[in-house]
Amino acid sequence: MKSMTLQDLHTVVIEPTRGWSALGLKDLWNYRELLLFLVWREIQGAYRQTALGTTWLFLRPILHMLVLSFVFGLIVGVESGDIPYPLFVLAALLPWGFFSNGVIRGSRSLVQNMHVISKVYFPRLVIPIAGVTSGLVDLGASFCVFIVAIFFFHIPLRWEMVTIPLFVLVALGFALAVSLWLATLSVKFRDVEYAVNFILMTLMYLSPVIYPVDIVPEPFRFIYALNPMTGVILGFRWALLGDGAPPSVHFYISVFIVVFATISGAYIFRRTERTVVDIL
Amino acid sequence: MTLVIRADRLGKRYRIGKLRAREPGRLLIARTLTAPFHYLSSTLRLPSEEEILWALRDVTFEVAQGEVVGIIGRNGAGKSTLLKVLSRITEPTTGRAILHGRVGSLLEVGTGFHPELTGRENIYLSGTILGMKRFEIDRKLDEIVAFAEVEQFLDTQVKRYSSGMYVRLGFAVAAHLEPEILLIDEVLAVGDAAFQKKCLGKMGDVATEGRTVLFVSHNLVAIQNLCDRSLWFDNGELRLDGKSQKVISSYLNEYHANKSERIWNEKETAPGNDKIRIHSVRISSEKQSPDEGFTMETPVEIEVQFWNEIPGTSLLVGWRLFTEHQVAAFTTISNETISGFSGNQLDQGLFRYICHLPANLLNEGGYHISLIFYRDRGLIMFRLDDALSFDIINSGIRPGYRYSREPGAVRPLLKWDREKIAEG
Repeated sequence: MKSMTLQDLHTVVIEPTRGWSALGLKDLWNYRELLLFLVWREIQGAYRQTALGTTWLFLRPILHMLVLSFVFGLIVGVESGDIPYPLFVLAALLPWGFFSNGVIRGSRSLVQNMHVISKVYFPRLVIPIAGVTSGLVDLGASFCVFIVAIFFFHIPLRWEMVTIPLFVLVALGFALAVSLWLATLSVKFRDVEYAVNFILMTLMYLSPVIYPVDIVPEPFRFIYALNPMTGVILGFRWALLGDGAPPSVHFYISVFIVVFATISGAYIFRRTERTVVDIL
Repeated sequence: MTLVIRADRLGKRYRIGKLRAREPGRLLIARTLTAPFHYLSSTLRLPSEEEILWALRDVTFEVAQGEVVGIIGRNGAGKSTLLKVLSRITEPTTGRAILHGRVGSLLEVGTGFHPELTGRENIYLSGTILGMKRFEIDRKLDEIVAFAEVEQFLDTQVKRYSSGMYVRLGFAVAAHLEPEILLIDEVLAVGDAAFQKKCLGKMGDVATEGRTVLFVSHNLVAIQNLCDRSLWFDNGELRLDGKSQKVISSYLNEYHANKSERIWNEKETAPGNDKIRIHSVRISSEKQSPDEGFTMETPVEIEVQFWNEIPGTSLLVGWRLFTEHQVAAFTTISNETISGFSGNQLDQGLFRYICHLPANLLNEGGYHISLIFYRDRGLIMFRLDDALSFDIINSGIRPGYRYSREPGAVRPLLKWDREKIAEG
C-alpha cells in the first residue's frame, strides 16, 4: 500500500449539527452511482417474480387508458374536442402515472430502506431521489404506448414534442417535493402510508386527467391552475396533440411553487435525516 | 505517527419512551380520539430525566494510522453506538470526532442485499452502497466470488441461497472494501467455523496492509489475536484503554471471574430496596469446590439469604440462568404452585431459600445467574443481575463429543426407550 500523508486523505468532522444544515449537494454528486443502482434495484426488484415481468410497464398505461376511456369517454361522455378520448386521457396519464408512481415510491422510500440506512452512511437524499426518478422508466414505457396509439389514430407527430422534457422536469420536481415532505413525515408518523393514496386520488381529481380544463368554472380557474400537475398535463396535451394553448403565466407560477417546495422539502429532509436512525 | 481518528468528549443521548400503564378498555375509544394531541404533547415537551439514556458519555481517544483496535464491553455498553457515530449513521449529541481518510463500515453482513436479485447483481448493489466505485467492483469481482465460494450460484437469486452462502457473499463484498479506516461490528459471529477462520485471516491481512481498524467483538480470543490495543466500554463510558492483554484481563476479572459467593453484611448498603435486602448469595456442592468448576454429574445448590423488611409481603424468589452467550437457559421460581402466591406471605426477618439443581441438567461451559424477586402477579420487585457465576465442566463420563461442547443451553439426562419392532 502506498504511503499516505494527511493531505491525501479527505477529512470528516463528526459533530452535532444545530439548526439547518447545507444540502450537501457535492456529497450527493459523489454518490451518483449509488443513485443509479438504487433506481435499478427498484425496477428490478419490483418486477422479478411476476409472471409478466416488465411487460407490466406497458400493460399498466394501456389498461388504465382502456378503463378510463370506457367509463368517462363512453359512459359519462366527457367531451374531449377533436381529439379521440383515449388519446386525450393517455396524454394526461403519461405525466400523471409518472408523478403518482414517483410519489408512492419516494414517500415510502425512507421507511422502506431503514435496514440499509441504519447500517451504512450515504447521503440520505439519494433515497427519495432514486424512488422518484425510477418512475422515468415507467414514463418511457408509457411513451412507447403513446407513440403506437398516435399511429393507430392517424395523428401526426408535432415538433412541439421536443418541449416534453421540460414538463417532465416539472413533474419530477413536484413529485420530489411531495415525496421529500411525506418521507420526512413518515419517519414520525406512519399514518403517511395511508394518507398517500388519498392525497394522490384527490390530486388526480383536481387535475385535468379525465376531463378538459374548460369545464372548470371560471372563478376557480386561477387556484386550479396553481396545481403544478395542471400545467404539466396541459403542457403534455399541447405538445403531443396540439390541444389548447402553449403554457401561460399560470404554468410559470406553478413552476415557481415547485422550485420552492422542492428546496424547502430538501432542507426539511436534511434536518430530519441526522436523527432518523434513532427514531425508527 | 499520524493520527487518523480523534474522538473528543463524544456523547450520544437517546430518548426512551415510557411504557404506558394498562388502561380499561372503555378508555380506548377516548384515547384513540385524543391520540394526535397526546402524541404532540409528548413530542414537544422536554424529556424528563428518567426517559434519557446516555449510550455514550464523554468518550475521548485517539487512534494512529495502521492501528488495529479492539472494542470490548457488555451488551449495551455503547460499542455499537460508537461505531454508528463514527460511521456517520447517526449524529453525536455532544463532542466531536475527526477522521482522516475514507471510512468503510461493516456493521452487518449483506448490507443492501435484495433477495430478488442475483448474487452478481447484489455484489454490485451492496458494493456501491458500501462506497465502492463500479470499476473497483469490476476489478475485484472474481476475487469476491472466489472468497465467498459461490461460483456456481453467481446468477442465482440470493433468496435461493442457503444462509451460509448469503453470509459468505455478504462478508466477501465487505472484506474487499479498501477504505483507510475500517469499522467492524461483530460480523464474525455468523457463518460456520471454517468461514469464520477465513474471515479472521482476511482481517489479519487488512491489519498488515497498514489500514486502521476498529473491531467490536465479544470474541475475546479474536481480539487478542488481531488487536494490539483495546478499548473497554462500560455503561457508555470508556473504562480502560491500553494493551489488549491488559484490558481483556481486567475485563474478565470484573465480569467473568467466577463469583461463587457474595456477602453483604451492612443491611443499609446491601442490594435491594425498601422491601427486601439481600444478605448473601452462594453456589456450592457437597463434593466439589466451585473454584475448579462443577462437573456435569454433580448436584448443585444455589442459596440466597435476604431480609424481608415489611411483614406480610407476598413474594417468590427466582433464579435465571444464562449461558456465556447471554442466552437465558431457564428460570426457576420458588414454591411455584398452581395457586400462585397464596401462602407465600413472609414475616419480617432473615430468610434463606435454597434451590437444588439436579445432576445432569446443565451443559458444560460458563453460566451466570440473575436473582429475581417477584411480587404478586409476577411483577418483578427486585432484580440482581450477575449475582453469581460458575463453570460446569465435562468429566467425560457421559458420551458425546469428547473435545468440544455439545451445543445447547442445557444438557438434561432424559429417559429413552429402545425396542426392536421387527425382524430383518
